[in-house]
Amino acid sequence: MINSLFLISHSGDIFLEKHWKSVISRSVCDYFLEAKEKAGDPENVAPVLQTPHHYLISIYRGKLFFLSVTQTEVPPLFVIEFLHRVADTFQDYFGDCSEVVIKENTVTVYELLEEMLDNGFPLATESNVLKEMIRPPTILRSVVNTLTGGSNVGGTLPTGQLSNVPWRRAGVKYTNNEAYFDVIEEIDAILDKSGTTVFAEIQGVVEACVKLTGMPDLTLSFMNPRLLDDVSFHPCVRFKRWESERVLSFIPPDGNFRLMSYHVSSQNLVAIPVYVKQNISFLETGSCGRLDITIGPKQTMGKTVENLTVTIPMPKSVLSVNLTATQGTYTFDLTTKVVLWDVGKLNPQKLPNLRGSISIQTGSPKPEENPSINIGLQIQQLAISGLKVSRLDMYGEKYKPFKGVKYVTKAGKFQVRT
Amino acid sequence: MNGGFSSLRSEAAGAMRTVLVSAESLQLTLKPELTQEEQALTHATAAGGKARETLKAGNEDLKEMLESNKESLKLEAMKRIVQLISKGKNASDLFPAVVKNVASKNIELKKLVYVYLVRYAEEQQDLALLSISTFQRALKDPNQFIRASALRVLSSIRVPIIVPIMMLAIKEAASDLSPYVRKTSAHAIQKLYSLDADQKEHLIEVIEKLLKDKSTLVAGSVVVAFEEVCPDRIDLIHRNYRKLCNLLVDVEEWGQVVIINMLTRYARTQFTSPWKEDGIFDESEKAFYDSDSEEKQGQREAKPYIMDPDHRLLLRNTKPLLQSRNTAVVMAVAQLYWHLAPKHEVSIVTKSLVRLLRSHREVQYVVLQNIATMSIQRKGMFEPYMKSFYVRSTDATHIKTLKLEILTNLANEANISTILREFQTYVKSQDKAFAAATIQAIGRCATNISEVTDTCLNGLVLLLSNRDETVVAESVVVIKKLLQTQPTQHCDIIKHMAKLFDNITVPMARASILWLMGEYCERVPKIAPDVLRKMAKTFTSEEDIVKLQTVNLAAKLYLTNSKQTKLLTQYILNLGKYDQNYDIRDRTRFIRQLIVPSEKSGALNKYARRILLASKPAPVLESAFKDRDRFQLGTLSHSLNIKTTGYQELSDWPAAAPDPSVRNVEVIEPVQEWAPSLGKAKKPKSDKFYSDDEEEEEEEEGSGSGSEDDSSSSSSSSSSSSGSSEESGSESEEESSGGSEKTSSDSGKSSSGSEASSSESESKQKKKKRTKKATQRKSKQTAADSDSDENGNGPVGKTSSSSAESSSDSESDSEEDSDSDSPAPQKKTVAKTKPKVEVKSKKEVSLLDLDDFSPAPPSAPKSSVFSSSLLSDLEGLSLSNVSSAMQVTSSSFGPVKTYELLHHMTGKGLSAKYHFPRQPCLYQPSMVAVQVILTNSSDHSLEEIHIGDRSPGSLNVHCFNTVERLEPGASVSVSMGIDFSDSTQAANFQLCTKEDQFSVSIQPAVGELLMPSTMKETDFCSEQKKLMGMNETSATITMATANTSKQNISKQVLSVANVGVVSSDQNNLQRFAGRTVSSGALVLVTLELRESSTALLTINTEKTVMASMLLRDLKQALSQA
Repeated sequence: MINSLFLISHSGDIFLEKHWKSVISRSVCDYFLEAKEKAGDPENVAPVLQTPHHYLISIYRGKLFFLSVTQTEVPPLFVIEFLHRVADTFQDYFGDCSEVVIKENTVTVYELLEEMLDNGFPLATESNVLKEMIRPPTILRSVVNTLTGGSNVGGTLPTGQLSNVPWRRAGVKYTNNEAYFDVIEEIDAILDKSGTTVFAEIQGVVEACVKLTGMPDLTLSFMNPRLLDDVSFHPCVRFKRWESERVLSFIPPDGNFRLMSYHVSSQNLVAIPVYVKQNISFLETGSCGRLDITIGPKQTMGKTVENLTVTIPMPKSVLSVNLTATQGTYTFDLTTKVVLWDVGKLNPQKLPNLRGSISIQTGSPKPEENPSINIGLQIQQLAISGLKVSRLDMYGEKYKPFKGVKYVTKAGKFQVRT
Repeated sequence: MNGGFSSLRSEAAGAMRTVLVSAESLQLTLKPELTQEEQALTHATAAGGKARETLKAGNEDLKEMLESNKESLKLEAMKRIVQLISKGKNASDLFPAVVKNVASKNIELKKLVYVYLVRYAEEQQDLALLSISTFQRALKDPNQFIRASALRVLSSIRVPIIVPIMMLAIKEAASDLSPYVRKTSAHAIQKLYSLDADQKEHLIEVIEKLLKDKSTLVAGSVVVAFEEVCPDRIDLIHRNYRKLCNLLVDVEEWGQVVIINMLTRYARTQFTSPWKEDGIFDESEKAFYDSDSEEKQGQREAKPYIMDPDHRLLLRNTKPLLQSRNTAVVMAVAQLYWHLAPKHEVSIVTKSLVRLLRSHREVQYVVLQNIATMSIQRKGMFEPYMKSFYVRSTDATHIKTLKLEILTNLANEANISTILREFQTYVKSQDKAFAAATIQAIGRCATNISEVTDTCLNGLVLLLSNRDETVVAESVVVIKKLLQTQPTQHCDIIKHMAKLFDNITVPMARASILWLMGEYCERVPKIAPDVLRKMAKTFTSEEDIVKLQTVNLAAKLYLTNSKQTKLLTQYILNLGKYDQNYDIRDRTRFIRQLIVPSEKSGALNKYARRILLASKPAPVLESAFKDRDRFQLGTLSHSLNIKTTGYQELSDWPAAAPDPSVRNVEVIEPVQEWAPSLGKAKKPKSDKFYSDDEEEEEEEEGSGSGSEDDSSSSSSSSSSSSGSSEESGSESEEESSGGSEKTSSDSGKSSSGSEASSSESESKQKKKKRTKKATQRKSKQTAADSDSDENGNGPVGKTSSSSAESSSDSESDSEEDSDSDSPAPQKKTVAKTKPKVEVKSKKEVSLLDLDDFSPAPPSAPKSSVFSSSLLSDLEGLSLSNVSSAMQVTSSSFGPVKTYELLHHMTGKGLSAKYHFPRQPCLYQPSMVAVQVILTNSSDHSLEEIHIGDRSPGSLNVHCFNTVERLEPGASVSVSMGIDFSDSTQAANFQLCTKEDQFSVSIQPAVGELLMPSTMKETDFCSEQKKLMGMNETSATITMATANTSKQNISKQVLSVANVGVVSSDQNNLQRFAGRTVSSGALVLVTLELRESSTALLTINTEKTVMASMLLRDLKQALSQA
């Protein structure tokens, strides 16, 4: 399936290679680098490429390309999903998935890759199974290991690998037993010039942090599960129970994990928490333009909008901007031509406003399209869809765990066309 | 196979010898190097740090570290070497130093050495052989993890000389007790195959074996091996098809993807097309086959279309996987539905596919590609989600283009205005490539939907005044195509474009305008010559494509308007004659000959006008994804739109389905010693149709794993074997006086009697179950003989025969029984029927009649008599090998109805599962039999597994005998009895080993507290009348569409409750009867089918609490698909 993996930095430097079958020369990456060159923006590189003898499937994560080489037919999503899982694992192990970190931990990375694939077919991808085989590096442990000559590699088959709950390791013990659930909803929306909603939907996830002793069997139920239109689950969730009773019943993995993600149908009206009054115009002559943006609260369910940010990618011909913000600060990146306005908390009494002039390169024509405005925001203690967790029950263990649920609403891909 | 194996063994031995010899010689050669090293080392230390630095060039210091005695130094060296490898630097010269550490105790070091070995073994084959013996030793290690990793490395070392060793190792690992090792062996199969394709035949044998494996861990990997080694051997799948379908949900996600893809291919060869819509073609084909098809097929064709239950099974079992978090799994299911499901069912995948669009950019890319292909054929599927494909300015370009593609595919009269409005935004995009693509999309919409053609055209003309060149150029090209479809009305546009000509520099656009001028020069007689004049001036500096079109324009004008353009044309032709590009020179020469009359130019000249000014067909603007549907969705080939290496073509539906019975599996398959004979006996020719049907249904049942039929019969067989031995023990105590020789004639009579009654029942009713049972009975005729040998002492013999009769549903008999006896014994007669059949299969082992047995509860010493060792002894006498086979059966079964009693994590390695074999309990009639499977998943053996103290108030439990010792990885199944007193109260007890105690509990489902009861319809009704009022519970239920057939209903009901079917000739009524195990109260279930898949479910019983619980369970089962 997957023959080889190359990690390529943003700049095109191949800094790690791993082969699961015969060695494939790294010159195969040239085809990829060529495509990357052509695409310009790394985001624009096609994920599936073809070379005379190989097929290249790549992902771009954290300014890194994970490039896998295969020689035969394979479902491309299979490889893509796996590569993302690899990146997730690195993130999980090292706290970050960047070139520097990977270079620092080459050996652990290599050991991980060795365990994750056998002959190019995924072997162990569950994080806790891996963690039993290869322990994540910590400063303390590395000190101890250098002194004692101990190792980071386990010698027995992780219990999870064989059980029917491979996501949970055995013998978990905590003094404080706690289970926290974060319901995080993101609003994806496109608003047009006049402020009417072109498209809006809510994507939600339930992130869990479960630190419970033993083998707890949890049941999470919602007040209004009918809201959820389309769901996908962590493998631990018993789908049958969901189908019949609309409750989430599961033996949780240990630690942090994403329990479910859901979609609230776009048929329901989606509450848009803010409105944006904007006026961006470029003058036909004089190579300058005006910008005036005001943001106000719309449907916030009585909560405060926080962390409000406005991002405006300006046309390439824009030279500089001269703006004043009534609240917060703005920056203009000269290379990417992006105006970033960090508003902070939205005060309904005094609406934040950003206005001023834009200067354009002399001689270049008036930009054809007005830039679109991307909004970022966060509302604490509110799930915008109205979803509510009703209760969490635990079976199978005697102790009483500490339970908590938190709701957050965020702006996802929230875009205002101008 | 044995022969092959032994020859292999000798081969392997030979290879080993060579390996060892070379190893020795190598060690010899290595020696001097070492001493050199040591010298260098001593020298260096003596000379001090500075000298050391200079001496150790390259990898010398690493070598030195590897030679050292310190573990930590070695480890550090290996880490640095791995870093070198990871950077792609060559570290092969260190091979001898590294390979010596292969047997290191330090696991991390060892692993790193493995990494090194796998990387360089291919280059240094001789040296690599040094390590082989280490791996061979490790292959025998008691730790499964070490065994597995040794096999992994051994098979990854790509050294051809060890092929026989690998082969041997794989074969051995394939029958390892640990599923993890078996999984590894499945992976090794592919490695060996890629190393030496000649081993194919042997490897297929291993694959065949592993395909039969029941572990979910193995399933995915072996299918990968299958796909790699022998994807064409579809016949290997037949018998594992249902198992794979049923296991699918529990397989790890990566395996799921592979299995689903493989099953898609399989299904396309084995089932007929469910797409009745695209009928005409199919119809004709069917008609053709109809004429000469045999009867069965004729039957099939006569009906409109009936989906093969196996086909349905696949669709049903994959559906929940749409909710997987793994995008590859979702995509795999989506493509399965696309390729296999009836057209109206495909749309259930839409939602999940749209959900994937929220995922990573790369996932979006692939999913959008697939949606693009799908949306061409079925707009309806994605139309409701049109807005999900709206483009954001932050999307990557290829994502934008794909979304655009899909939006264009989805456009129809109803939504075109919305889409066009959306497109207007896109045209203004800063991303010019995307803007250009949008213009093309508008062009496509314009041609596809005639209502908006004019609107689009006007819009595009407006774009001609756009400042951006690419936009203008693209517009020109699209307008050209559009004009071609309806040229008459659009002179104005052509004129407009001619005016723009000077400002347009993009070659393609200029060429397009020139072509338009030439093509419609008669409509713009004044402008065209002028354009040609301008072109003549700039000809030399134009691009090739523009030059070609200029020549064309000149030629066309020459023909229509030679007066004005003759000189211009000649000028251009002269320029073209000396052009650098040979295409242009060529074209010029050709045109000149064609249009300019001369003596040499022959007949063609006359037709020049007709050749050049022939009316051209309008181009069809169609999707780039139009032809992608030739590839299976979700594949790499589809993504790249080329046929990749190793792509397996998806075959067309067969016109007639191949024999579906190939997928039938012998019910008691894992017990290989006697399964085949049983299987054969079970399917006599006359009954074939029914028994097949029946089996299919039963197989289909239970979505989790292991079909109902399988599990019940296998468990019954295992429990009955223990039961029978017990019986023999108890008999020897109780009935020691009863001489067996005395009644041999009697027994003959009784057995023949039972046979007669069974055959009678067979002919009388067309109950499928009965039929099967009867044939089973026949097959065990001999067994029955011998075992009634001991049964038949006087009265006992009589009752046994009568009970057999009553079992074969002559109600009068059982009535008599019940009249004469108290209620409890009657229940016993009912209960008896099953074990009778089952136990007979155990041949010599005698069976005590239950009637006599019941009053005396088993006493303690008795139970201790048949410890497991005795059990196996007994069976050793009677049947070879059953006990071991039985253990395998029970441990490997993970059917739906298996519940976990003790998880191995909580049980410190001991895990226990239990299921209800649905047989009368042998210990006490009021007990429910429970089969417990104990597995030792720790790495040390467990001793003295027994049931410990129970609290005084708890239920009456008959314990199983202490299991003296359970080896790691082994499992044993024991049976116990629990008197639940007809309540679903859980039985709590302690499961103890020598060291530990675990409290566990068994909670029965209400349906398990019943025993099937056979009765006639009339009796059923009369009984029902007695249980009206308070004793009746009913509800109207809505059933899933899949459950509306009669067979499916009874299947569902039987899966929930252990009841018997009451035959009925009323079509809309289904009746089931049972009795509670403990008190023997009648439980009558009636299901009255109403229209539109609703039904009235009625339960009559004195036990009202049970009734309501049972009602709930049945309701749930029936409303689920």
